[in-house]
Amino acid sequence: MLLTITTTHQPATDLGFLLHKNPDRHQSAVLSFGTAHVFYPEAMVDRCTAAVLVEVDPVDLVRNHRGPSGGAASLGQYVNDRPYAASSHLSAAINKLFGTALSGRCKERPELVEVRMPFEVRLPALPVRGDADLLQRIFEPIGYHVEATPIALDVEFPNWGMSRYFDVRLTTTTRLRDLLEQLLVLVPVLDDAKHYWVGSEEIDRLLRRGGEWLSTHPERELIANRYLRHDRVLTNQALERLLDVEDIAEIEGAHDNAEEAVERPISLNEQRIAAVVNEVKACGARRVLDLGCGSAKVIRALLSDTNAEKVVGVDVSYRSLEAGARRLHLDTMTPRQRERVDLWHGSLTYRDRRLEGFDAAVVVEVIEHLDPSRLSSFERVIFAHASPRVVVVTTPNVEYNVRFEGLATGALRHPDHRFEWTRTDFAQWAEAVASRHGYHVTFAGIGPDDPEVGAPTQMAVFRR
Amino acid sequence: MNIKIPELALVVLVGASGSGKSSFAARHFLRTEVVSSDFCRGLVSDNENDQAATQDAFDVLHYIAGKRLNAGKLTVVDATNVQPESRRSLIELARRHHVLAVAVILTVPESICHQRNESRTDRDFGPQVVHRQLDQLRRSMKGLRREGFHRVATLEGVEEIEAATFTRERVWNNRRDDHGPFDLIGDVHGCFDELGQLLEQLGYDLADDGSSATHPESRRAVFLGDLVDRGPKTPAVLRLVMGMVRDGSALCIPGNHEVKLLRAMQGKNVSASHGLAESLAQLALEPEPFRNEVVHFLDGLIGHYVLDDGQLVVAHAGLPESMQGRQSGAVRAFALYGDTSGETDEFGLPVRYPWANDYRGEATVVYGHTPVPEAVWVNKTICLDTGCVFGGRLTALRYPERELVAVPANEVYYEPVRPLIDESSNVDVSRERGELDLTDVAGKRIISTGLARHVTIREENAIAALEVMSRWAIDPRWLVYLPPTMAPTATTKIEGLLEHPTEAFKAFRDDGVETVVCEEKHMGSRAVVVVCRDDAAAARRFTADRPSLGVIHTRTGRPFFEDLADETTILERVRRAITAAGLWEELDTDWLILDCELLPWSAKAEELLRTQYAAVGAAATATLSAEQVVLEQALARGIDVAELLTSSGERKFMVEGFVDAYRRYCWEVTTLEDLKLAPFQILAGEGENYALRDHLWHLEMLSRLVVADETTFRQTRHVVVDLNDESSIENGTTWWRTLTDEGGEGMVVKPVEVVRQGPKGLVQPGIKCRGREYLRIIYGPEYTAAHNLERLRRRGLGLKRSLAIREFALGIEALNRFVADEPLHKVHECVFGVLALESEPVDPRL
Repeated sequence: MLLTITTTHQPATDLGFLLHKNPDRHQSAVLSFGTAHVFYPEAMVDRCTAAVLVEVDPVDLVRNHRGPSGGAASLGQYVNDRPYAASSHLSAAINKLFGTALSGRCKERPELVEVRMPFEVRLPALPVRGDADLLQRIFEPIGYHVEATPIALDVEFPNWGMSRYFDVRLTTTTRLRDLLEQLLVLVPVLDDAKHYWVGSEEIDRLLRRGGEWLSTHPERELIANRYLRHDRVLTNQALERLLDVEDIAEIEGAHDNAEEAVERPISLNEQRIAAVVNEVKACGARRVLDLGCGSAKVIRALLSDTNAEKVVGVDVSYRSLEAGARRLHLDTMTPRQRERVDLWHGSLTYRDRRLEGFDAAVVVEVIEHLDPSRLSSFERVIFAHASPRVVVVTTPNVEYNVRFEGLATGALRHPDHRFEWTRTDFAQWAEAVASRHGYHVTFAGIGPDDPEVGAPTQMAVFRR
Repeated sequence: MNIKIPELALVVLVGASGSGKSSFAARHFLRTEVVSSDFCRGLVSDNENDQAATQDAFDVLHYIAGKRLNAGKLTVVDATNVQPESRRSLIELARRHHVLAVAVILTVPESICHQRNESRTDRDFGPQVVHRQLDQLRRSMKGLRREGFHRVATLEGVEEIEAATFTRERVWNNRRDDHGPFDLIGDVHGCFDELGQLLEQLGYDLADDGSSATHPESRRAVFLGDLVDRGPKTPAVLRLVMGMVRDGSALCIPGNHEVKLLRAMQGKNVSASHGLAESLAQLALEPEPFRNEVVHFLDGLIGHYVLDDGQLVVAHAGLPESMQGRQSGAVRAFALYGDTSGETDEFGLPVRYPWANDYRGEATVVYGHTPVPEAVWVNKTICLDTGCVFGGRLTALRYPERELVAVPANEVYYEPVRPLIDESSNVDVSRERGELDLTDVAGKRIISTGLARHVTIREENAIAALEVMSRWAIDPRWLVYLPPTMAPTATTKIEGLLEHPTEAFKAFRDDGVETVVCEEKHMGSRAVVVVCRDDAAAARRFTADRPSLGVIHTRTGRPFFEDLADETTILERVRRAITAAGLWEELDTDWLILDCELLPWSAKAEELLRTQYAAVGAAATATLSAEQVVLEQALARGIDVAELLTSSGERKFMVEGFVDAYRRYCWEVTTLEDLKLAPFQILAGEGENYALRDHLWHLEMLSRLVVADETTFRQTRHVVVDLNDESSIENGTTWWRTLTDEGGEGMVVKPVEVVRQGPKGLVQPGIKCRGREYLRIIYGPEYTAAHNLERLRRRGLGLKRSLAIREFALGIEALNRFVADEPLHKVHECVFGVLALESEPVDPRL
């Protein structure tokens, strides 16, 4: 990766004193992940450029687990942009090479430290995750002029569009130590990934580094969040090996967020939980199943708002159950509380004898995650075998989607939804299921009832 | 005294402390067969004599004994057992596991007990303890039989104890050494004429007077009970069957009707319903000696049999695995009446739980009892009662051939209380049969395969597979195979390369393989194509959920196409080509499973290509170009960066190679015509697991599909290499070089014979040998730099090779089971296992 810093300060060669690096020599420093070089492609009185070239050892990156985690059956570890794109490795190199400059010392020309000089910075491949204007939003408020050219993914395949890399030129007039500090913090922020573990000492470091300029930066929240961002913790690496890139994004970031983001303006989730809990309360169930419990939000409500003596959550995702256990604080519950709740790993497409003998089952926003071809298995597992007295099923009402701003026409609310049903679709399915298994079914909407398209969530209550 | 005990029993030793039970047990039983209370006390308390630990110790004792009985192991309980309550819980335990309990009482004079106890420093209880124990023993002696022991043996005095011997007797229902062949015959119910016709059709010679029948090839009939009642000729049926049993040409087990008839004939008070009246009336016309003979015959019938090394179980109403070969009232009741709950249905008949739907046992269970319109296999069980007496058919199953033979009833002899075909029920029976239970896949599992014996699936891998299977995979009824992973060739030392054919050829030669075929490695995604000749074939062999020609799925069992219409279009073309090539007729099948690559890779992996490969190429190109410029400027200033410029230039060159490498995988797919299917193996069709045939056969057959439809199919280019011929090896190597120089991915080297045993077990079914440029997109653009390559050569292949063998064995097993029409859960277990193994932590670059 490469970074060049050019100044037109007179005499420009003062840059050498400031950086503590002789413009007439090639100097190197060994880093944990490779080698950093400093040299000057030009060193004239009116214009001087220092180049930082970092050679990242790609094999070592993998062997010592310094690379990015996961993705595409983990091949992402081996074929990745880290040796080339500006990233936290560059920050580490700046730290190592220019420690003296960063600390605001300059032995031979101390007066230079406080001088604001004109600088031009070039980063030929700066990865940016986020909106197109993020570069501007990050750099302009602290006095940079940004010139950014997006880099095409592949010139031979123009329809693939642009990559997330920009060839970036920043111009500003500032103190060198501020310039270096800001690059150090902001390059990884734009990249939104870091090669080393983010610990609590990072907070101190950020406050120290960004002290003055960060506290007034309009994007300070985003900068802090990303800088302190914990690496994605995949508790189940075995699973990851079976998934594609898209799935991981789906499972990780998107899982709750995507759908919640769409539905948030009407706080649908809370209303949904309340409606489901009310049904459980109304039927007086003592033993309740939450099928597809995810991270146990419904369970928490069932525990606190009903008299159920036993609430069992079942999910196919082990990770979700772990999150659920944390959300419920299972490990610090008193024995009596702990007695009331259980989380089981299971699947709704395999018959499961443990699910027999319950009074009620709630299946909240689950069926739309099943492939239509697996619905018949689901039906038999729940209605033919587990067969609780009451089954509450909720699912999106696709008719309502036109009322959501920010949801493209025809798009579903979540990338993993295999279908979203109209009220008629849902009623047809539910009535057929009910008649096959001796249930009686009633329907209700959850959320604002639109005269034209109905409520955003539809609920069916099956009673045996 | 010689004490006879059943080979599977719970032997309860009874005797006071110091009566010599432990040394007695040690003389007559295996150390592992004896569970002693002292030992269990030690386990829970570190002190074998800690009486405070007695309750916990007995919990442990019961637990161990229960596990042993469950596994079918004779178990001896070495404890005083002088109190009735301690014996009661042991009898309860025996009953729960359907085994007989035997009591062996050891009595020695009180003085000897004292003497022995005193000589032991660890026993510090006083004489009153033994005195009390002997007292309790004396008081319970008489009632022991009534407590529920099958047999009670009392050994009095030291000498008799010393002299005692044991004989282990075979359980009556154990006929494991009887291998048949058999003709199993369902409920006859007095239909003598039909029985005669059926036996003749099966090849038996009937005696003219109907007193017996024999088979010229000494086959034997097995009557599944309910010979009597309802029908017109119960006595004739009995005469024939009794004769055949007597002559050794038949076995017979009782049905509920025989039991009731016997009770009636013994003068017990039973209601003469369900056709009993007819039998009694017919038998009343028979002479007395015959009637006595009948009573004697019926009284001697054994409830069920375990035959053919435990592979075959016959019981009138069926039998779950936990009861097979066991003896208890519950076993007899189940075998006679089935899984009843005591409730009755609207016709007044007992409600029977469909136990066969849950059957997961290894043995085939053949039974009758419940009239069904059609004899069909459900999880290795089959009911042969096809309601002959109700106007249905009399059905036999030839074993081991598993052929059904049936004769229609001459007339309706008896009106069924409940209609035979229950038309009011719209439950899809086939779906219930295909139902999978969580216990079929969850947790740690050990799967028996024909090729690699046992394959173990770890729990955490099963957890991962369960999520993927549930959330993304296709309907398991269509998912009968997942392709195994393949190991790469051993790492080469040839300069600039990681892989080269030399090592692959050598590996096979070392394993004793003489001929291999090198197949080009297609630059696509793995696709398994299941295709049926018509909807009917799909419905019969897979599922009738929706009309379908088949499926195309990925190597992890997902639908290959997001759009069902695309899948259908491709399947249509595959089906047409198979028809045109005449393969349906030639292979005599109406469905086939093909292992293929679907090209281009970008069709499936465009996301990966864009986000991963193209992105890296873009960033690298931009950076390295910029580096060149500044380095040249610096060099021009006389700065010593020549070396850096060279290495940066080399990196730029390697990145260009990387970009070229991934670009070869991308071609614009605008219509389905742009997709190419490259089949390389026919996995299975009706009645045959073709995956076991040699590779040249596959390539020859499949080339005919390419001829039939060149738009859809692509040939798998290949060369055959004779490993004993240096020039042939040279030829194979050159072929690989040409292939990869042209930008090809590489080749797969396979022994022509699919299954080979080498000196170290199963030989790898294939070894891949990938091209230098292709490996850039696997090992990273710069992997060929000498300092990188040197480190990358240290790669461990052991786990990958072992996984390849295990997954191969599971894949073949899945196909074997599917072809043999085994129940869905048996096939799914293997497929699930492959998916689970794929989540093992193995270097993804291999």
